[in-house]
Amino acid sequence: MTSPFRFKKMILHAVILVGVIIMLYPILWMIISSFKPTQSILSDNSLWPKDLTLSNYIKGWKGTSGTTFATFYLNSFIMVGLAVIGNVLSCSLTAYAFARLEFKHKKIWFALMMMTMMIPMHVLIVPQYIIFNKLEWINTILPIVVPKFFAVDGFFIFLTIQFIRSLPRGLDEAATIDGCGPIAIYFRIILPLTVPAIVTTTIFTFIWTWNDFFSQLLYLSGVEKYTVTLALRMFTDAGGEAALGSLFAMSVLSIVPVFLIFFFFQRYIVEGIATSGMK
Amino acid sequence: MLNLFDQKRWSSIIPYLFLAPWLIGLVVFSGFPFLSSLYLSFTNYNFVSSPNWVGLKNYLTMFTQDPQYFQALKVTVTYVLVAVPLELSFALFLALLLNKGIRGLGMYRAVYYIPSLIGGSVAIAILWQQVFGDNGIVNQLLGYAGIDMPSWVGTPDYAIWSLILLKVWQFGSPMVIFLAGLKQIPQEFYEASSLDGAGKWKQFIHITLPCLSPIILFNGIMQIISSFQAFTPAYIISNGTGGPVNSTLFYTLYLYQNGFGNFQMGYASAMAWSLLLIIAFFTGLIFLTSKKWVHYGDQG
Repeated sequence: MTSPFRFKKMILHAVILVGVIIMLYPILWMIISSFKPTQSILSDNSLWPKDLTLSNYIKGWKGTSGTTFATFYLNSFIMVGLAVIGNVLSCSLTAYAFARLEFKHKKIWFALMMMTMMIPMHVLIVPQYIIFNKLEWINTILPIVVPKFFAVDGFFIFLTIQFIRSLPRGLDEAATIDGCGPIAIYFRIILPLTVPAIVTTTIFTFIWTWNDFFSQLLYLSGVEKYTVTLALRMFTDAGGEAALGSLFAMSVLSIVPVFLIFFFFQRYIVEGIATSGMK
Repeated sequence: MLNLFDQKRWSSIIPYLFLAPWLIGLVVFSGFPFLSSLYLSFTNYNFVSSPNWVGLKNYLTMFTQDPQYFQALKVTVTYVLVAVPLELSFALFLALLLNKGIRGLGMYRAVYYIPSLIGGSVAIAILWQQVFGDNGIVNQLLGYAGIDMPSWVGTPDYAIWSLILLKVWQFGSPMVIFLAGLKQIPQEFYEASSLDGAGKWKQFIHITLPCLSPIILFNGIMQIISSFQAFTPAYIISNGTGGPVNSTLFYTLYLYQNGFGNFQMGYASAMAWSLLLIIAFFTGLIFLTSKKWVHYGDQG
């Protein structure tokens, strides 16, 4: 290896590393600040603080008006868990029909499905709110969770269709010869083979539902029904400067589940994005 | 005897068994709301009394008598037109750097992607409020360089920039898509052009950019659509007001205030339909011009 070449590589690594530091600095600052005494968060900006404390976490976890973060986390996990189950089941069934079965006007239905992906959610939000209000579902997680069981997220259908299309049709044909009908083929062949698509759907439904502030703000109003996301926002109202420590501590905790998912399933996430072009 | 399990009938029913959940969802949660919001946009529905037909009044009010509407439109279009090109440039630049077969690619790629995962969360919006506050780290760092700045999020001229930077910070997801695209470009193109004596810059202009153009188009459209609908950061950073002085009054925030703050649901529906048309206009425009700059492999 010649030395100018090596020098170039070093510069390249240096540029990329500087980028990494700029990208991560705000997150690191938040994590470290969450361990600092509240009064020194804004005055002491060093990443190596003089004294560390857990008091922000203890105080923050208590939440407000008697509801603790234990409740908020439970609410979030129930909501996200149901959303994941709903999305995985309904999108997988729909994708199988579009990718492998023949039915009337398939092209038109497919075009409709693609079109629903392009409609901004704000166009649907007012009538949906009215429907959910009529059903007396306001202040429950039902408006957020139930639609997921009806494959409203065309994006995940599309992702799964693309995945099923990449599986050899010979498998289906062999199974048909063995006497399997479409239902048996779905359960015995397609479902086990689409695990990567199911994992991708699970991960992104988890992260997007966890972070989806707009729907939670719209539909959940009682503090005891609040999710982690809403509880954080309530903190910003109540506290001001004095509660900054707790606010940071709970903010850090709120992104921990997303981080964990990311670290365990990184490969699926990056591949999922690269092949399907996710937001 | 009627054969319930008549082979032919059964096989024509099965696809609809698989499609049933989606079909119900399509009608109940998409189709019906879609049409009724169009209807509501021509009414003065206030959630309490039943909707009254007012014709084009909502749309006329929006365009002739509501300065707030124009402010919201201005803020949002500025945000989209500044943040999206910046974000995509960073994404492309880093993708080119990371595509050089360096060691630790997986780790770098993961780190750059992290902000895209959590960037839309309330936690990060709260963080941003502090980072760009009066004594936030950004101002402290600028202070070391001798630049004295007021609170970004508290000053009308700068508040939008803190939101633009938040968007640009999330360039990781278009970057990953660019990286996948760069891998598809045949190495022979570069080898052949090297033999012809083309330098790096010429290769970038004549090979990389044209080969990547369908992906630039895709990334651009996706980012424009999602930026027009941005809500959370503006809501959190301005405490739901769109302030200071409406400088962060995003379109969706103003729509939310109208529909669910003042319960003017007819007006909010009209705003939603205008948003649909505005997004369609911008994406249509890009598709039209794309014929001039997007090259697909099969055209040679």
